[in-house]
Amino acid sequence: MRTRERDSQGGMDAIAVPDAMGYPHPIAPVLGRAAAARKLAASFDAGADIGAGAPSRHPEHTGRPLHPAEIRLKALFVAGLEGDADAYRLFLQELTRHLRGYLRRRIPQWHDDVEDLVQEILLAVHNARHTWRPDEPLTAWVHAIARYKLMDFFRSRARRESLNDPLDDHADLFATPDDEPAQARRDIGKLLDQLPDKQRLPIVHVKLEGRSVVEAAQLTGLSESAVKVGIHRGLKALAARIRGAQ
Amino acid sequence: MKTDDLIDLLSTGVTRVDRKAVLRRFARALPLGLAGSLVIVMLVFGVRPDLMSVAQTPIFWAKLAFPVAVALAAALAVSRLGRPGVRGGYAWALVAVPFVGVWLAGWLTLGAAAPAERVPLMLGESWRVCPFNILLLSVPTFAAVFWAARGLAPTRPRLAGAAAGLFASGLATIAYCVHCPEMSPAFWSIWYAIGMLLPAAIGAWLGPRLLRW
Repeated sequence: MRTRERDSQGGMDAIAVPDAMGYPHPIAPVLGRAAAARKLAASFDAGADIGAGAPSRHPEHTGRPLHPAEIRLKALFVAGLEGDADAYRLFLQELTRHLRGYLRRRIPQWHDDVEDLVQEILLAVHNARHTWRPDEPLTAWVHAIARYKLMDFFRSRARRESLNDPLDDHADLFATPDDEPAQARRDIGKLLDQLPDKQRLPIVHVKLEGRSVVEAAQLTGLSESAVKVGIHRGLKALAARIRGAQ
Repeated sequence: MKTDDLIDLLSTGVTRVDRKAVLRRFARALPLGLAGSLVIVMLVFGVRPDLMSVAQTPIFWAKLAFPVAVALAAALAVSRLGRPGVRGGYAWALVAVPFVGVWLAGWLTLGAAAPAERVPLMLGESWRVCPFNILLLSVPTFAAVFWAARGLAPTRPRLAGAAAGLFASGLATIAYCVHCPEMSPAFWSIWYAIGMLLPAAIGAWLGPRLLRW
């Protein structure tokens, strides 16, 4: 429903999203981490709610063109696109904190699913990273991906609940005590094991064991380009399996 | 797998991202799709015998310009909608331009014609089959465009599917021009438009399934 409303907003959204994402949440050490996450969550929320509302909610921010999180995340991400693994890791770590705050606030009733969704969005960001263009706000790009995955989650959730027996009783309430709220429920490692060898082995050698593409090619007997393609396709297949496992 | 481990997995061994990869994907797929449409038009419908002489008239190129403009604008819409956070925006206005242009031309043609000629100008000889011919020719281009568009990351798959379907039918209509005998803008403004919008509607219908990522 929400996507439809947003679609009918016409050009408003293009203005609203960077606005809502870009300005109102300084992620500086000055703020506590939780406060920063809350602020980010609020701003994500403004973007995810009806777009037209967002600019008027932060009238004091509309004059400033760029925001610290945008600048910082963008610098790390751009370095990552150039092949800087450390910068890319930092980018993903910082993004993860933002995503957790956003999702905990967006879907408080399903906090068990938050970590799964965080992982799914990280994988989606990774697989789509070639679609970002430097003239576009990175925060708007990430926000669109996060929202897309969240809508997907809502849809599959609705489908699941309409298929499953909706009746439960008091036993369900006590069935799974939750000691580790930050634990992912779905194990991506197991899904990885199900991939065909020509995708799984390049990922295991290069991405898990940290070997070079040349070494992975020697170990697997694949060509170097086949190793690269295997990683690329394998991570896309992983995302597809996550969708299938929902 | 914990999220930190996933982050390690994703960041380990990253290489420089090839920004031209999607462009190459389209460059590989589209010629194949268009060739498929041309083969079908030659085998099933046949090239119009007077193609060489008619290619020297401006009206032939005006007719060709219609699907070319639609395909270009739809390609722009696909490339925008395939990027998260970018809306179709002005690409939709550009998509509308050729349609509005050909409707105006059709209107003027009909206005200049004698009342008795107007219906024949609109229906031509092939109005019954024209949209379906374009639909058939769209099959290979549709497959090509959607395969290539799967390299993008559309967050509005229905709109992206509609744009991709229109891109495919624009290309198919270019191929159809080597067969189609109709030379009146009044005809194109109705039957070409329907022929191009049908695959767009199918694209909107299938987009959420085919472009999911």
